[in-house]
Amino acid sequence: MAVNQASGAAFELKGRMATLTVLRLLTADPGHLFIQLDARLAQAPGFFDGMPLVLAPGQDVSLDAAMLETLVAGLRDRGLLPVAAADVSEDIASAAGLGVLRNLGGPRSDASGQTGRSGSGKPVAEARAPENGAARLVTQPVRSGQQVYARGGDLVVSAPVSAGAELMADGHIHVYGTLRGRALAGVQGDVNARIFCQSLEAELVAVAGHYRLSEQIDAGLRGAPAMIRLRGDELGIDAL
Amino acid sequence: MARIVVVTSGKGGVGKTTTSAAFGAGLARAGYRTVVVDFDVGLRNLDLIMGCERRVVYDFVNVINGEANLNQALIRDKRVEGLEILPASQTRDKDALTFEGVESVLNALAETHDYVVCDSPAGIERGAHLAMYFADDALVVTNPEVSSVRDSDRVLGLLSSKTRRAEQGEEPVKEHLVVTRYAASRVGKGEMLSMEDICEILSIDLLGVVPESTAVLNASNAGVPVIMEEKTDAGQAYDDLVARYLGEEREHRFLTEKKGLFGRLFKG
Repeated sequence: MAVNQASGAAFELKGRMATLTVLRLLTADPGHLFIQLDARLAQAPGFFDGMPLVLAPGQDVSLDAAMLETLVAGLRDRGLLPVAAADVSEDIASAAGLGVLRNLGGPRSDASGQTGRSGSGKPVAEARAPENGAARLVTQPVRSGQQVYARGGDLVVSAPVSAGAELMADGHIHVYGTLRGRALAGVQGDVNARIFCQSLEAELVAVAGHYRLSEQIDAGLRGAPAMIRLRGDELGIDAL
Repeated sequence: MARIVVVTSGKGGVGKTTTSAAFGAGLARAGYRTVVVDFDVGLRNLDLIMGCERRVVYDFVNVINGEANLNQALIRDKRVEGLEILPASQTRDKDALTFEGVESVLNALAETHDYVVCDSPAGIERGAHLAMYFADDALVVTNPEVSSVRDSDRVLGLLSSKTRRAEQGEEPVKEHLVVTRYAASRVGKGEMLSMEDICEILSIDLLGVVPESTAVLNASNAGVPVIMEEKTDAGQAYDDLVARYLGEEREHRFLTEKKGLFGRLFKG
């Protein structure tokens, strides 16, 4: 409830984790896809109605704008709701009225540097590296319910982070205090981002969307200085 | 110009009103003109704790709505010179408090008093927000248990972002920790959070620790601010707390368990 018009906020922007269904495209032929899709939809009528979908081209499938538009139209006709595409260029996606997801996890860990797999031809690493923004420094305790996001760079907190607080950064996160809340590094998909903290008591740590809950953190690492980073698809926690 | 002090916690039932009454009475005893304002509209309690429930004629909401002037609504304490209370309305709810109304009442009180103590309702909604918005200092009341500590932590976050001082970029609200219902014996058994844990989690200055005590309940039932029960542990704890707030150095007396007769006999 706003206290008055002047000081009350009309909206909040919040980062949330959500589960989305991904439609992985294993063929470049929409007609072929729709035949199989219709058969699947017929098995469960109504079940897929209004389901938000992310379209992701599978390996060796490249999408062009016309194909994506045909697909989106066909899916909407069938009551599905494509909302975003992964691994395609922004022009192609926006032409079809979709957003772009860059850090979609999943079976793309073959880091052999294949380019041209996606329609954009843009090397993945380039799209993922954070811009060289200045680090954001927070010197006050980050309290329960507060959220701090360092867009385009690192986040340095020289105070404790309470349970129920949330830190997010496009780059690394450093906490020179006890980390009790959540810390999400590399939220735009930078797999090289790391989290450093003086005392690890976090509720959740995540790098580029790969997360671990406190109960999945080895008890021996708790309460001690630690570094969290992504090793392949696995989130690793090392004592410092 | 008075200093506005909010007594807040997030969680209910931790001792905000008890602390407001004791703190206000302590400041008045030290010679400061003090008014305690009950922001808990609809759940009016401060008048009971301070023993003036029979003298409530007009209240905070009447003053905001212009149905009474401030002097008609203020109740003078009969025991302590310089102590007044502004009771909440029992028949209304928090929406009856307007931003402009609260601001003008607090400004008027600030001109005629040295300290304005705002007794916040529980929660983080309108009533609690308005109680803290104009504050210069905050007493954050916490019990030694995890949910209370987390709620206090949330309130500390609001104090540093949703107050006038924060919004206008002034010096931040000065935060003081008050731990109530502290039972050293239960901390020893691991049933309660220790002072070190609480201070470490909240990382603010500790102003006072009030032990769990039957004196608090007795004083509330009698309508006497517990600080006036000078022989009791809770009364002494609040006396220390007020002295520290006013700049005096006093040791924390109630952090360790008082040994009973058997404890003394057997443990030396």
